Amino acid sequence: MLDAPPDQVLDCVGLFCPMPILKTRETMKGMAVGQRLEMLSDDPASEADMKSWTGRTGHELLSIERHGAVFRFLVRKTR
Amino acid sequence: MARSSASSSARHGSRAAAGVSRVYLDYAGFSPVDPRVLAVMRPFLEGGIGNPAAPHSLGFEARDSLDGARAKVARLFGGAPAGVIFTATATEANNLALRGLAARASGRHVVTSAVEHISVLNACRELEKQGYGVTSVPVDADGRVDPDAVARAIRRDTALVSVTAASGEIGTLQPVREIGRIARARGVPFHVDAVGALGRVPLAVDECGVDLLTASSNDLCGPPGAAALWIRGEIKLAPLTLGGGQEGGYRSGTENLPAIVGMGVAADLVRSEGPAEVARLSALRDRLVDGLLAGVAGSRVTGARGAGRLPHHASLLIPGVKADAVLMELDFRGVSASSGSACATLTGQPSHVLRAIGCDDAMAESSLCFTLGRWTRAPEIDVVIDVLPTIITRLRRLAP
Repeated sequence: MLDAPPDQVLDCVGLFCPMPILKTRETMKGMAVGQRLEMLSDDPASEADMKSWTGRTGHELLSIERHGAVFRFLVRKTR
Repeated sequence: MARSSASSSARHGSRAAAGVSRVYLDYAGFSPVDPRVLAVMRPFLEGGIGNPAAPHSLGFEARDSLDGARAKVARLFGGAPAGVIFTATATEANNLALRGLAARASGRHVVTSAVEHISVLNACRELEKQGYGVTSVPVDADGRVDPDAVARAIRRDTALVSVTAASGEIGTLQPVREIGRIARARGVPFHVDAVGALGRVPLAVDECGVDLLTASSNDLCGPPGAAALWIRGEIKLAPLTLGGGQEGGYRSGTENLPAIVGMGVAADLVRSEGPAEVARLSALRDRLVDGLLAGVAGSRVTGARGAGRLPHHASLLIPGVKADAVLMELDFRGVSASSGSACATLTGQPSHVLRAIGCDDAMAESSLCFTLGRWTRAPEIDVVIDVLPTIITRLRRLAP
């Protein structure tokens, strides 16, 4: 189940705060509740930012993986 | 139609009574350009002047004007004119300082603070991605960097110390001179983002041990589109922009001569009028802060008080309300202010500066920032003291 492909992928590699959060927010707007977004970012700050943003908005941060310098966030839209 | 204009005039009644049309208290966001600056710039836009690199008399004149502006800007902080590299923005200057210096340095470590402008913060993150070590020195509850913490953070491989002269969000002045002394003793170049502080607090590069300094034209009431990085003679950078070798090869591209000339005039005006203007603005700022603290229950100042902060800068936390709602209500009443961080406004995230001084998410959302400038007068301050308490009472009543 967890290995199922995400509904959308958002590539934010090379961008810095605030862009990864802004783009994530915009992309999530167009998704249905329950769908999952994979966001890729190599901003060293994006781990803390995504934890804080999902905490504030209530979206579910399903996993954080790190491949070299690139973080892979999996977020489920909850509302 | 009639009703809407009647209600609009009622809403703006106190402002009209005070003879004030728009209360503009967002000078850190944008400062109106001084008409004396515009007058000097005009011929540089309208013609009769060449490209500073052109091989004819109009080009020679342009080159003289460019070098004149360099001297005027350098005089503001006592640096050698040849060290001034004109850029388009302070963000570009900060990037050139950090990434340009790191690329030429043998050391792979940078020391910075937790209350820097986003351009320094993100340049540091880019360096981190490239494998540099970055130490971000924490601040106290007022947002002040402890010079001893900078001393402890410097390593044998530290290539640069970069600390702002004053935080744009909370106004706190940093101990530039003490940090400069430490960096000098350890042989590490010291960069200061002086955008908010320049012309408002004493800042001479030799006295303060500064090796690189960022300045912005618009913060001096000069035109947007010009800024500068000053570097001491022995400092070497790798350019970020390659091309025809303008600005000593550090910043290729034809110079924005009208804006640069304007920045020079603006720097001269600030140098001659600065001290009187600083006294005037800090008195107005104190009047604003005292009035708001007295009128809004629970409000408190962020950053240092009195002489420890930028003289034109007031920032407050107002518990129980969200800054964006307050700013919208203020705007309805003709008052332009800000939350202090454009980045935080965009993302809805609490700003890194407020987090660094210990604000939790709810507190950080209630941050307001007022920045005064050359055309701010007492009646405008009184409008804010008059309308803000009413707005806050109403919003708090609406809050769940």
